[in-house]
Amino acid sequence: MPTSPAVLTEARRLRDLFAAKGAQVVKADVLQPAETLLDLYGEDIRGRSYLTSDPLRGEMVLRPDFTVPVVQMHMEARADPARYTYSGKVFRKQDTDETRANEYVQVGYEVFDGQNPAGADAEVFAAIAEGLDGLPVRAATGDIGVLMAAVRGLRTTEDRKAALQRHIWRPRRFKALLGRYGGKMPVPETRRALLAADDPFAAAGPDIGLRSRAEVEARIAALRADAAAPPIAGEEIALIDAILALRKTAPHVLSTLRDIAVDMPAIGDAVARLEARLESLSDRGVDVDTLDFEGSYGRTSLEYYDGFVFGFYAVDRPDLPPVATGGRYDALTAQLGQGRAVPAVGGVIRPDLVVGLSC
Amino acid sequence: MLKLGVPSKGRLMEKTFDWFGSRGVGLRKSGSDREYAGAVDGIDGIELVLLSAGEIPRELASGNIHLGVTGSDLVREKLANWDARVAELAPMGFGGADLIIAVPQAWVDVDMLDDLDAAAAAFRARHGFRLRIATKYHRMVREFLRDNGVADYQLVDSQGATEGTVKNETAEAIADITSTGETLRANGLKILEDGLIHASQATLFRGRRAGWSDEQRQKLKALQMVLGIS
Repeated sequence: MPTSPAVLTEARRLRDLFAAKGAQVVKADVLQPAETLLDLYGEDIRGRSYLTSDPLRGEMVLRPDFTVPVVQMHMEARADPARYTYSGKVFRKQDTDETRANEYVQVGYEVFDGQNPAGADAEVFAAIAEGLDGLPVRAATGDIGVLMAAVRGLRTTEDRKAALQRHIWRPRRFKALLGRYGGKMPVPETRRALLAADDPFAAAGPDIGLRSRAEVEARIAALRADAAAPPIAGEEIALIDAILALRKTAPHVLSTLRDIAVDMPAIGDAVARLEARLESLSDRGVDVDTLDFEGSYGRTSLEYYDGFVFGFYAVDRPDLPPVATGGRYDALTAQLGQGRAVPAVGGVIRPDLVVGLSC
Repeated sequence: MLKLGVPSKGRLMEKTFDWFGSRGVGLRKSGSDREYAGAVDGIDGIELVLLSAGEIPRELASGNIHLGVTGSDLVREKLANWDARVAELAPMGFGGADLIIAVPQAWVDVDMLDDLDAAAAAFRARHGFRLRIATKYHRMVREFLRDNGVADYQLVDSQGATEGTVKNETAEAIADITSTGETLRANGLKILEDGLIHASQATLFRGRRAGWSDEQRQKLKALQMVLGIS
């Protein structure tokens, strides 16, 4: 669908606004190599993006966002700190809702600056809020860093923590794993039988395929070690549940998290960062007393945020997708940086939705 | 006139003719055996269209046919958001087959999706690529694994002899249709306990595309009365 002049004008206005804040204007190819995205997100990306094949370049994808190419660009340029802005179309398959646009303009503001992460979080949020100034929108925020810190702080095996970290963005599997490790969910009969067997391979069929006998044995050893490890204490699981259930204004959440940190000191740094962020936001004129905070905000698959997360929603239009979204993605830069990582935070605005709300 | 799409050959066609016939609606091919034209006896205003079972979901969704008989698996695989585009009128009790996930019997540590997910994580770390699942049912498998939180796998396309892909080392696991599981066992594979993606059977569908005339609606009602499925 061609972009309307009004949307193009709005996109230009937003990009100029971000450029005036010192962001360098960058561009990215519409067709991106698909391999990076498949490595990051797996097969789910096929349900959400337009993949196609190029006879020489292999699988390509119509860019579903700018973040990945901008991170790649930044990691090659190696100039820290840096701020970038861009404006261009992104493409998303809409498998379940035909009324949602499958191509639309995004204008973004990305900050690569490790000096003061809380300050950079606030800078991006405030820049996006400024872009939406005067519109009937409300902000939702969260912090995946708190949940990740809580998982790291569990008194349990490293294998269990790694499994939970791997599924941070898949709430259902995360909950199931936590239930299993906490002894709340019964061990499946098949596993009980496997661990009780004198010879687990007695009924094994022929060794076929690439996954070797040694790999199967290694997993059985891991399952035995897991069965021998004590369950995660109920109090600790209750603390994780309490973090996930948080749904209050930011100052209330901060005070609740401070209480939780008494029992779970591992989240102390993450809570301190939340506090510093709220101060920075306040310094930038954001009314943090009314700012909503949700403990499980941003935990959806196909996301890469691992710290501060936020979204802006049209107040009277719950049917619309968020007008703007953003967050911190330090881990993504580590994955794309081949050993190098740069703290990074960014946000995007959809000018088409802005225009729709302005008139 | 209501257009009814029915599989154009094989057992699926014969069973469909039997199903309608035993309910008082005669379906038959007209003309020579090679022609894909049909005739309907016992009720007026229904036109029989003989099509490949795989094309019936698309034709229903586009409104080219109003009613159609095909496998419930094909509708789910070929139509995004299938239940907004077609409606199930009657399961027909034949053509049953299960879409399942199967892994080598040698994987004694893998019996559930939970195990598959853990094995996939370890496999990727060890081999440097995501564990491959061979299938031709990409949409259904992907949605099933996403809903169940399985990660670190990839789907590789296999349009036939899927059971052999593990032995041939072009995949580590498969997702395929089976009715008895015999071929799977013969190929050294076993079905995951919670790996049933969909229990498919031949089903009579109605297209949901808007724009039916009153006459067509009444015709459908009349047909449902005759078939005893209203």
